[in-house]
Amino acid sequence: MTIKTLAASAATLALLSAPALAEVDFSGKTIEWVIPFSETGGSAKWANFFAPLLAQELPGEPTVVVKFMPGAGSTKGANWFQEQEYEDGTMLFGSSGSTQFPYLLDDPRVRYEYGDWIPVMATGTGGVAYLNPEDGAKFDGSANGLQDVNLIFGSQGATGLDLVPLLAWKLLGMNVEPVFGIKGRGDGRLMFERGEATIDYQTSSGYLSGGAELVEAGTAVPMMSWGALDEDGAIVRDPTFPDMPSFKEVCAATEGCETEGVAWDAWKAFFIAGYPSQKIAFLPQGTPQEVIDTYVAAFEAVRARPDFAEISSNEVGQYPMFVGEGAVKATKEATTVSPEAKAYVIDWLKDSYGVTIK
Amino acid sequence: MDLFATALPALADAWALILQPLVLGYLVLGVVMGLAVGVFPGLGGIAGLSLLLPFMFGMEPVLGLALMIGMVAVVPTSDTFSSVLMGIPGSSASQATVLDGFPLARKGQAARALSAAFTASLFGGLVGACFLTLFIVVARPLVLAFGLPEMLMISVLGLSMVAVLAGRVALKGLAAAGLGMLIGTIGVADAGGSLRMASYDFPYLTDGLQLVIVGLGIFAVPEIVSLLRQDQSISKNASLGAGWMDGVRDWFANKWLSVRCSLIGVLVGVIPGLGGSVVDWIAYGHAVQTTKDKSNFGKGEIRGVIGPESSNNAKEGGGLVPTLLFGIPGSGSMAIFIGAIALLGSGDIEVGPAMLRDNLDITYSIVWLLALANVVGTLLCIGVSGGIAKLTTIRFTYLAPFLFMLIAFAAFQSGQNFEDILALFAIGLIGIFLRRFDWSRPAFLIGFVLSNPVEKFSNQAFQIASFRFRRSFEEGMDYIFSPIVIVLLIITVVSVVLGLRQAKTIMAEGDVQSGSKRAPIVFLLVIMAYVVTALLNANAIPDYNMTDKIVPLVIGGITLVALLILLVQMILRPEGNTIFADKEASGEDADAPYGLWGTLAWFASLIAATYFVGFILALAGFLVVFLRVRAQAPWPKTLILTACGLALMCVMAGALNRDFPPGLLQDAVDLPWPLH
Repeated sequence: MTIKTLAASAATLALLSAPALAEVDFSGKTIEWVIPFSETGGSAKWANFFAPLLAQELPGEPTVVVKFMPGAGSTKGANWFQEQEYEDGTMLFGSSGSTQFPYLLDDPRVRYEYGDWIPVMATGTGGVAYLNPEDGAKFDGSANGLQDVNLIFGSQGATGLDLVPLLAWKLLGMNVEPVFGIKGRGDGRLMFERGEATIDYQTSSGYLSGGAELVEAGTAVPMMSWGALDEDGAIVRDPTFPDMPSFKEVCAATEGCETEGVAWDAWKAFFIAGYPSQKIAFLPQGTPQEVIDTYVAAFEAVRARPDFAEISSNEVGQYPMFVGEGAVKATKEATTVSPEAKAYVIDWLKDSYGVTIK
Repeated sequence: MDLFATALPALADAWALILQPLVLGYLVLGVVMGLAVGVFPGLGGIAGLSLLLPFMFGMEPVLGLALMIGMVAVVPTSDTFSSVLMGIPGSSASQATVLDGFPLARKGQAARALSAAFTASLFGGLVGACFLTLFIVVARPLVLAFGLPEMLMISVLGLSMVAVLAGRVALKGLAAAGLGMLIGTIGVADAGGSLRMASYDFPYLTDGLQLVIVGLGIFAVPEIVSLLRQDQSISKNASLGAGWMDGVRDWFANKWLSVRCSLIGVLVGVIPGLGGSVVDWIAYGHAVQTTKDKSNFGKGEIRGVIGPESSNNAKEGGGLVPTLLFGIPGSGSMAIFIGAIALLGSGDIEVGPAMLRDNLDITYSIVWLLALANVVGTLLCIGVSGGIAKLTTIRFTYLAPFLFMLIAFAAFQSGQNFEDILALFAIGLIGIFLRRFDWSRPAFLIGFVLSNPVEKFSNQAFQIASFRFRRSFEEGMDYIFSPIVIVLLIITVVSVVLGLRQAKTIMAEGDVQSGSKRAPIVFLLVIMAYVVTALLNANAIPDYNMTDKIVPLVIGGITLVALLILLVQMILRPEGNTIFADKEASGEDADAPYGLWGTLAWFASLIAATYFVGFILALAGFLVVFLRVRAQAPWPKTLILTACGLALMCVMAGALNRDFPPGLLQDAVDLPWPLH
């Protein structure tokens, strides 16, 4: 290859790629991905996984660094992001179920509005509940045999992601007493393994790395997965756990549990906010369309990597990664709840756990 | 023997993995980076590890592990520098080291204290690794035997160390610990979400106070202010007496203490949920109780350095057990470590129950990489300790502005709020007065550290116990009084009884002279006012959130009773009684050429200026004015030192990707980094 043809092909390449990249180039820039949690949480892991992949796909291959702004259960960071406006496209924000729930429940600390932000990517997860062997023997695909059993559950708090299992068990008519104040689902599993807790749940990756081991050893009996959303927004079996009934199936089989009505809608709304669209990446308000498109294209390229399924198995598993329009739709589902469903959950939190959100 | 049939080949595989030049090279690189981060107080392993994270993606697993472990392992070693030399606890692992390490530095024996500490660290790390190699394959049932009642008892055992460190007036120590616990309950309660001494209108306090801030405020601020007032060097006669070989000899003379404290370190480290916060205090208490002549503790007893330092590196090894076997991080840096492991290689190493079965060789590599990193780190530290110890001979007025700079920056990093620096100042004030009136600061800190575990474990254990009692009385009793609980209970009682008998001879604040009645009584009344406010505040929490109010009420009640008895004693006893200890009455503080408030105003001015123009501009002004006015330095020296200070801050923050506190100016105008 002569120098001349090299130059020519370089020029052609530049011309070809020019229309897409003309306006946005991040060469030499540093993109800050702000996470409203500490370095030690699941969102940190999530952002750290995507940051180097995103950096490779953005035009100009900028450096993507993850910054942490923990405080007030992530509302501090989200309130801060609400104040930010588009400058040069070098800022990204990551929200999680713990940011979405206070928003849905009208927490007084919330000064942010999801409608103002521009979602570019969303990922989700699922969850699996399991019982100790003694009480698990009474489970037959329905919770009818578990009505008079008292169970104990290590919980991180009724207003976080644990809201979904607690409400599910309540709808099934089970007596589950939460022990509040643990830090992380790993602590909950440990409490279960020590025999102090008798029922537990894990998110999908937590179940695969820890809970499944217990089931194999015979010290835990799987009960159900929360399920997953299909194209039409209906709840179906979780593709990661195809042999496990979804909560919807168990509810249908259990006397007194309805798969429609206000209670069911409330559960479903919070399930969607907490699991299938759990973690969302946002650009600040005022971001111009070409910058949005650049990010969407970059995340699409990440998703299209041939090795993506393999390297992402810990982070996204079998669940769809939403990009662009998909992320917009997922965000809408995760941050909308009917007033009736909201009122139902707020009342239930108050009656059962004395939690008031004022 | 099936166990050894699998364990021994795995161990051999692990060594084959480790002993490659490239792996060792990465380990040394990690150690050097860890040292660079670790010598700065308050940053520690979390900052360093998050710096490494972006490089972990897809990295060859053993190389990534070597790099990360090298960095994590040396933090409890290198933080000894600031603990011994400056009296600043570098991290929660070296708080107890301050008690005797810093007095040794003041006697001019910094090099001796450092090398004894490093040798003890090294040895502790190795004992920990040997123990873990055998123990890790059988650890699972033992870890599972530690339920909530057992963890509560370990926390109570940690609290019982207050008895040893209470000082000459036991009630004052008790009240200081109670105050520490009450301050530890500030914020949103874990269990029911009630607010305690906080409000959503002032969101800062809802997350509670960070340990970094309380540790720096209680230990560092009072010492810096006191030394600055005296206007001399840290080492009283600006000389370095004993050399580093003396420290190694000291360690050898106390090798059995070191062995015992290492084992304490590993065993407590193994228990998930407690982390390292109590280990060094338990080890310190053990060192006190097993020493015949206790009169030197708090004044520069080398055993008080060797004990905690042996335990804190061993603890890192112990902490691997819950991290690797259960996937439950024992500390913040371990949590990042877990996350980073998932990024390594093809991502198939997943910590958790399967780790021993599928990746025993990797597990052993981690254990022994940790031990090797300890060796490398310690040798490097001993190598430089003689040089760094010379800092103690510099006139303190030249060090102080940089220390103010470092602690303000460290405090800000804990939460990135301007309020973090204000909280440091406020806690610093409490520390200054606790020190002045001889209220045990270690007791306060132990109370603060253990406030959350005690509250959490007692609430949870109570709930589960009542659940068991509802099933049957026997089941409940079996749960609460397990053999482990009974053993821990006996140890606690013995340690309290012995501790109280010995406390009078252990003067953490030195031999403080007594002064007039007025100042000590005013301070007592101020504390009492806070305790009463906290009690009323806790009492206002509705009864259905009993879990959120019971602990503050009980602790506050006990503290209030102790304070009332003290008040009565103060009224009845004559002036000059030890109860009226006051550093301003006589001694080095009273004779200091500069006053307390004038000196403190320097620090306050840095904070105030930060509020207006942001940290870097404020710092530039502060350093220039301080060096010119207070230190009376000539212009060239002032400018060079200021430039060095600013450069240090910028390089550090730039490398770690950290921001500086912004001020009003930054709100109004957009400025380039580092000014923004």
